[in-house]
Amino acid sequence: MPRRGLIAERLIGLFLFGLLLLTPPLIGAFDKATFVGGIPLLYLYLFLSWALLIALTALIVERPDPDEEIAESEPGPNPDQGPNRRPRA
Amino acid sequence: MLGGYVIVTVSFLYLSILFAIAYYGDRRADQGRSIIASPYIFALSIAVYATAWTFYGSVGRAASSGVSFLPIYLGPTLTFILGWFLIRKIIRISKVNRITSIADFVASRYGKSSFLGGLVTIIAVVGIMPYISLQLKAISTSFAVLQHYPDIEMPAKLGSTPVLQDTALYVAVIMAAFAILFGTRHIDASERHEGMVAAIAFESVVKLFAFLAVGLFVTYGIYGGLGEVFSRAATDPALARLFTLEAAGGYSSWISLTLVSMAAIVLLPRQFQVLVVENVDEHHIKKAIWLFPLYMLLINIFVLPIAFGGLLHFSGNTVDADTFMLTVPMAEHFPAIALFAFIGGLSAATGMIIVETIALATMVSNDLVMPLLLRFGRLHLSERRDLTGLMLAIRRSAIIFVILLGYAYVRLIGESYALVSIGLMSFVAAAQFAPAILGGILWKGATRLGALAGLSAGFLVWIYTLLLPSFARSGWISESFVQDGPWGLALFSPHALLGLSGLDPIAHAVFWTMVINVGLYVAVSLMTTQTMIERSQAVQFVDIFKQPSEGARIWRGTATIGDLRRLSNRFIGETLTDQALQRFERDRGRRLDDAHAADADIVHYAERQLAGAIGAASARIMIASVLREEMHDIDEVMQILDEASQLVVYSRQLEEKSQQLEAATAELRAANERLKELDKMKDDFVSTISHEFRTPLTSIRSFSEIVHDNPDIPVEQRKMFLGTIVQETERLTRLVNDILDLAKMEAGQTDWQLARIEPRKVIDNALAATAGLFAKNPRIKLECRVAKDLPRILVDADRITQVLVNLISNAVKFCDKDNGLITIVGRAEAGSVLVSVRDNGVGIAKEDHKKIFERFRQAGDTLIGKPQGTGLGLPISLHILERFEGTIWVESELGKGATFFVRIPSTASSAELPHPATAAREIT
Repeated sequence: MPRRGLIAERLIGLFLFGLLLLTPPLIGAFDKATFVGGIPLLYLYLFLSWALLIALTALIVERPDPDEEIAESEPGPNPDQGPNRRPRA
Repeated sequence: MLGGYVIVTVSFLYLSILFAIAYYGDRRADQGRSIIASPYIFALSIAVYATAWTFYGSVGRAASSGVSFLPIYLGPTLTFILGWFLIRKIIRISKVNRITSIADFVASRYGKSSFLGGLVTIIAVVGIMPYISLQLKAISTSFAVLQHYPDIEMPAKLGSTPVLQDTALYVAVIMAAFAILFGTRHIDASERHEGMVAAIAFESVVKLFAFLAVGLFVTYGIYGGLGEVFSRAATDPALARLFTLEAAGGYSSWISLTLVSMAAIVLLPRQFQVLVVENVDEHHIKKAIWLFPLYMLLINIFVLPIAFGGLLHFSGNTVDADTFMLTVPMAEHFPAIALFAFIGGLSAATGMIIVETIALATMVSNDLVMPLLLRFGRLHLSERRDLTGLMLAIRRSAIIFVILLGYAYVRLIGESYALVSIGLMSFVAAAQFAPAILGGILWKGATRLGALAGLSAGFLVWIYTLLLPSFARSGWISESFVQDGPWGLALFSPHALLGLSGLDPIAHAVFWTMVINVGLYVAVSLMTTQTMIERSQAVQFVDIFKQPSEGARIWRGTATIGDLRRLSNRFIGETLTDQALQRFERDRGRRLDDAHAADADIVHYAERQLAGAIGAASARIMIASVLREEMHDIDEVMQILDEASQLVVYSRQLEEKSQQLEAATAELRAANERLKELDKMKDDFVSTISHEFRTPLTSIRSFSEIVHDNPDIPVEQRKMFLGTIVQETERLTRLVNDILDLAKMEAGQTDWQLARIEPRKVIDNALAATAGLFAKNPRIKLECRVAKDLPRILVDADRITQVLVNLISNAVKFCDKDNGLITIVGRAEAGSVLVSVRDNGVGIAKEDHKKIFERFRQAGDTLIGKPQGTGLGLPISLHILERFEGTIWVESELGKGATFFVRIPSTASSAELPHPATAAREIT
């Protein structure tokens, strides 16, 4: 079974953060008829939060998990050892 | 230049490209060189989520209610963040159990219940029907709109055109043909369709580019960028309203849309198909959980600009906002872009229809029709040799049936709804699976009856609050049913159940279906108990990541491997069966002989292979029919045993351990007691020995002093003193000799001079040696009765003499001083010689009978009473007799004298006489 540890916990944290960003009441705070850079605030907020969530997800899963790396690339026995050992005179 | 022929030709060209890709994908898969084994293809195939609804409907939705199209994509983004373990868990469970559809998954989780599988299938088919109709409607509408170029005309109502002139019908027929070609080319044990996935991924690319092309064209071609579109819209108060959440239906609508779409992204049959069934490698999930949301973000960026562009362009006109993707480029006289948009919409719709119908057809055949046929026509079916043809026929009919159902719905109802509203009905239906599936993989306690109650009640509420009102809207049912409730009962109004008004119909339906569904699911699960198979499936599903693979199972052979092979041949064909069995042989490294009894391993394997083709529930029934016995029982018992035996083993181990501990403790305690006793004996020994030595030493010393200090004592007296000294010295010597003797014997270092002798001779020797004693004590009489012809014994003559001397001198010591009588008897017994020495002295108390054979133990208290000997005579005798396999014991009562018995085995034949030389050296 592959390790789930750290990645899973981070993703759960991110999920809760996403829930906070994308559901009321927080989105209500951006529900105003204002424009930022010519774009309605609510639209800008929703798309930027969305992009942020995607970027963070990518960051979490694409960053190599040291534990998993070790598990997947277990070093085999070194073939150079042994035969090359010089016998003592 | 954009007549119907051009559109039809381009469409067919596009579809043939699709077909080529799918064909190529299938061929590569057959060669074992998959072209879809990549996380990017996987992510693109998931984008089958973006259908005509996304392509045309989002713009229409945005034009009427602003951002309310967005939760449909934000929900899946949230679900995908959890995808790394939630979706991966479902994938893992499905791979292990060979699950090929949602219905299979639910049936399998709740004890391989075919009834539950059938229910899920019915919910899926009925629930998805509006969704498929949406795609048909989108294609036919877009075709009709484009056909009229350069005029912009809204198509006539579908219901009013004759069936044979209806584009939607032809679209439906073509789609059915396409799905049949890709989805049911052959029956595959894994239900995977690589070619189809490749085509879907390609379609996802096409629709994304088409959407972006239209978006860029409208935003930057017609207007001067995003800012200008929005600022121009802001001047119109009717449009400015769309910038707020209020236009989107408020919080309740927002939350309910987010929730249903969170569920739908996994639980729509086509999403389950691409996410789980078609998944090549579960590690692809890792990339897909951010690539797919990114895809959705990209395809949605221009929804609002296009919607506002269209609204500004056609202000006051009666152009349907659902067609803006086409009509805006058409109005600007850019037919190429409009055609590209049409192809994008076509790819979005075809992708959905193909995957959805294939997924539904699998469910209908595996979880509805096959179980029914097997249950009711089992005998009839069992006679047929090859069932693959039958299964393909069932699937093909199912595809046609599902698409025609969608077509019927669109003709009857479709026209009265916007695209998104139709699709949302299906989303709510798909969300009904969420409690049973989410609960199923996270909560072991969920029962079959709980799932059954929740699903069916949720579905009924869905029919009542969404499906029936849609019929009412088309005039099938009286409009007043929705307005005033059935028979005027306002309390049961489908859009305001129990007086719950103020919610839009979707939010209202989501609330009630979920309350009833989750409520019954949990409540019934808590009140009912699981059968054994449910329990074992529940454990397997919930703990899928904790299981090494499959536990060892025991099986009582009732069917042969040949039986299983024949069964498998009938469902998945001979080639695939052979391949599967060869794979099994290779993986397990064992040979399969058709005549051999099938063990648990191969039965389980065969069941899973079959499950891939005909569903878990049907596979169970078929396997059970082959095993010719109540397989439930054995299977269930095995499953329980798996679990229970673990517990039993643990408790047994515990018990054993504690018993071992107890035994060890007892041994230790005994050893400790023995040590204490030995220690005490050693102390006793030392003190006794000192005592034994002191008495003679004291007298030797005192007499020596007298002689030394008084040189002039008379010779007579001196002689007497010296005589005593000599006597006491002799006693000391004897004592030391005895101790040495005993020590040697105990250490096994004595030399034994073995010889076959006559017992009589030994007795005579002993009597001669003790003659002096009787001379000193004339009042003691001796009687000696030794039988003649005693058998010879193999002993060391001197040692046996020593034993008898010992016994006789003891008898002399302890017998009555004034009227003593000592009787010596020698006689033959069975295989041995028995010699007894009897005295008429004080006797020995019963409790001392054993003690006297221990070192320095004499009857009575030696420390107070006068010591009568060295206390070593009897222990030495015991040792000697043990050496010759003889015994020595005493029979006595206090005051009635004592009799010592010596029994020595006689030599049965001369053959047993060891060679004198070796015998002499023998050391025991």
